[in-house]
Amino acid sequence: MNGIGTTPLVQARRLRKEYGTGEGLVRAVDEVDLDVARGETVAVMGPSGCGKSTLLHLLGGLDRPSGGEVSLNGRRIDGIGEKALARMRRTDVGFVFQAFHLMEELTAIENVELSALLARRSPRAARRRAADLLEQVGLADRATFLPSALSGGQRQRIAIARALSNEPLLVLADEPTGNLDSAATLDVLQLFESLHESGQTLVIVTHDSRIAATADRLISMRDGAFVDETRLTGGTRGDLSGLVRLED
Amino acid sequence: MGRILLVCRLAVRDLRRRRLEAALLLLAIMAATTTMTLGLVLHDVASDPYQSIREATNGPDVVASVMPYSSEPPGDPAERVIDQPAELAGLEELASAPGIIDHSGPYPVTTAALQTSSRTSDVQAIGRDVSTASVDQPELIHGNWVRDGGVVVEAAFANALDVRVGDAITLNGRWFEVVGVAVTAAMPPYPQSSCFSPRGCASGATSEELSELPPGLLQNPGLVWLTETDVRILTPDPGSLSYVMNLKLAEPDEAQAFVDANLDESSGTPGLQAWGEILEEATERARDGQLVLLFGAWLLGLLAVASISVLVGGRMADQTRRVGLLKAVGGTPGLVAAVLLAEYVLVAIVAAAAGLAVGSQTAPLLLGSSAVLIGSAGPPPITISTAGLVTALAIGVAGIATLVPAVRAARTSTVNALADSARSPRRSGWLIAISARLPVPLLLALRVASRRPRRVVLGVVSVAITVSGIVVALALSAELTNLRISGRFDDAQAEMIGQVLLVVMVILFSLSALNAVFITWATVLDNRHSSALARALGASPGEVSAALSAAQVLPALAGALLGIPGSLALFAVINAINDNDNNATLPPPWQLLAVILGTVLVIAALTAIPARIGARHPVAETLRNGFG
Repeated sequence: MNGIGTTPLVQARRLRKEYGTGEGLVRAVDEVDLDVARGETVAVMGPSGCGKSTLLHLLGGLDRPSGGEVSLNGRRIDGIGEKALARMRRTDVGFVFQAFHLMEELTAIENVELSALLARRSPRAARRRAADLLEQVGLADRATFLPSALSGGQRQRIAIARALSNEPLLVLADEPTGNLDSAATLDVLQLFESLHESGQTLVIVTHDSRIAATADRLISMRDGAFVDETRLTGGTRGDLSGLVRLED
Repeated sequence: MGRILLVCRLAVRDLRRRRLEAALLLLAIMAATTTMTLGLVLHDVASDPYQSIREATNGPDVVASVMPYSSEPPGDPAERVIDQPAELAGLEELASAPGIIDHSGPYPVTTAALQTSSRTSDVQAIGRDVSTASVDQPELIHGNWVRDGGVVVEAAFANALDVRVGDAITLNGRWFEVVGVAVTAAMPPYPQSSCFSPRGCASGATSEELSELPPGLLQNPGLVWLTETDVRILTPDPGSLSYVMNLKLAEPDEAQAFVDANLDESSGTPGLQAWGEILEEATERARDGQLVLLFGAWLLGLLAVASISVLVGGRMADQTRRVGLLKAVGGTPGLVAAVLLAEYVLVAIVAAAAGLAVGSQTAPLLLGSSAVLIGSAGPPPITISTAGLVTALAIGVAGIATLVPAVRAARTSTVNALADSARSPRRSGWLIAISARLPVPLLLALRVASRRPRRVVLGVVSVAITVSGIVVALALSAELTNLRISGRFDDAQAEMIGQVLLVVMVILFSLSALNAVFITWATVLDNRHSSALARALGASPGEVSAALSAAQVLPALAGALLGIPGSLALFAVINAINDNDNNATLPPPWQLLAVILGTVLVIAALTAIPARIGARHPVAETLRNGFG
């Protein structure tokens, strides 16, 4: 499965993740091969429990595979140590989770700058970058709000801003609209669209065909394996709000 | 029946599911119950044994004695010639004095040199009837009562000489078999024995003091009982015998008044000693040890409360979700409360039993010879009241631990409980701003600490208590050495206080160490989500582990520093209470610095393992489980 560019940013070969043993053995990811080119947006769809999220965790180094290989930017990450994995996540990967996973005690801007602070950027630079990102996601006026005072869509936009904080090579999004209503979904869709247009490499795991429609490539997954792949020729462009209304 | 089974099953399942937390809770409650057991046992040893011995022996309210005396006017005791026999008439008058309801004696008393296979000692031998006396019949701990040729040795004296029933000893060169070991309430235990010798006694004197005393005095005389016949055989001159009589009053509380009314200082008249005076002397030795243990018990109690607060608090937070689940499947607030109560009561009962067992096993080690010193023969028994109080403490903890979540369960909506939204983290804006300027481990550590300020306070208090205890122990230890060198404390007394101090410190250290581990573990559990998130955002396991550990070490440093003024406050209280002028002073600065640094290092080492375990929990699994 080749992507748009010639040198894949992400490469997985015979990637496998198993849980349990004997009769209880479950293959969450079963011998998957995947290439994601730089600047490409790949959507992975499938029913609950098919292994989509596990695949995402393996690609981002949050989980270790039971077998196979994963490379990011030409470097194998399946066998490297925890420290190197942490460094990789810090600089090369940004995560967006369905449950947002924001720190409840931190304000919006403090949540966004956290990634930069962990990457040892200066507090001033981290704050400036966080302010820019909040501006980009349209939440500059909510910078000092705690997550509990924000709507689901606003929280997810903060999570996206946090994922972009260290200008990662790859953004991995796990059901980013799974907890959102239509209006919030539209906001997030538009954000992903602008990221796509800016050349950000994205892998999005989703149930939502509206999100999938914005991708360059759509992969269907079942029982841990890829069962179908559709190229969407640059993804859907144009009136996303119409697409949202249509789905609703 | 079905409902009880359901409650029990749910309680046991939850305990089994969280074995480590249940074990830690058990340890915390056990530490509290052990401490309480030790405190109560020492209290019993220091006061109750005398009372119980008084009851068991029908101890006298007043002990009267007459001795041979000198007809010369009072002068240098060493120069006086004892030329008059003891006047028994004075004792006979007392026996029929108003207020006296019973008496035993008069019994002849002689002094002798006792020799065992390895030691010699002065003794006062009282000649007793073979039959049981109505007042002051010494309580046998081992063996039998006196017979001709058979001697009964007072328990503390027997312990000091290391003689047992069946051993052979000599009195003034005459062989006797030790046929019994007994305690009495008519005289303070060895070496504080009352003196019935006209030459005088140096009772309870140190070896240094003895070397400076004039010759002729009995040196730390022990007490033995013989038959009257044997006493008279040991004393060829009947005129050299002293006599002792035990008096029982209608109003025992009036004993001192009786003494004051009947004591005549002139030569040949009976000497009188009220039972209160004997009690005072009997418990004098235990008093310093009791003071140490009293403070130790308070410090340990506070530490135990801190441990329990952390654990129960952590579990209560954890229980919110479980409460939601129980309510969601139809459980009433009553059922929820019953399940929680069953769970905690089970742990509390086991902890109380374990605490009583450990306390009763540790008490003899702690008390050692001191129990015998004050007249108790061996390991003090655990009384029903001690067991009841200790169990009540444990059940009380269980009740409080149940009450809060039960009330929460009744008041929290099922949806909120399921969402586990009852305990959102605290926000400290200024701390978050400061932490942004620090290295990653400190950045995370300050934020971890600021999420739960009450837990930080408990950590600070816990370490401050421990450091205060250590500083006071160091000072008391130095003071003890000084008192021993100067001869103001004898070896046995210093040894007893040293033992008490050691045991208190061992428990204090253990409890403090457990506290550090409890608090770290509670922090680890509470920060599962934020730790996983920090790692997802690029923090390494080492950084997260260092942060979790630093979140304990920073409060520990604050606690260690606060412990110094804390120890000053303790000193002030101890010196105010202690009326024997043995005022302790602060240890030198290098020792204080060593205590502070040592405490911080120990806390760092203790918290490293739970912090490391917490930091290495799989990130994906934690985030997938939907925390936050």
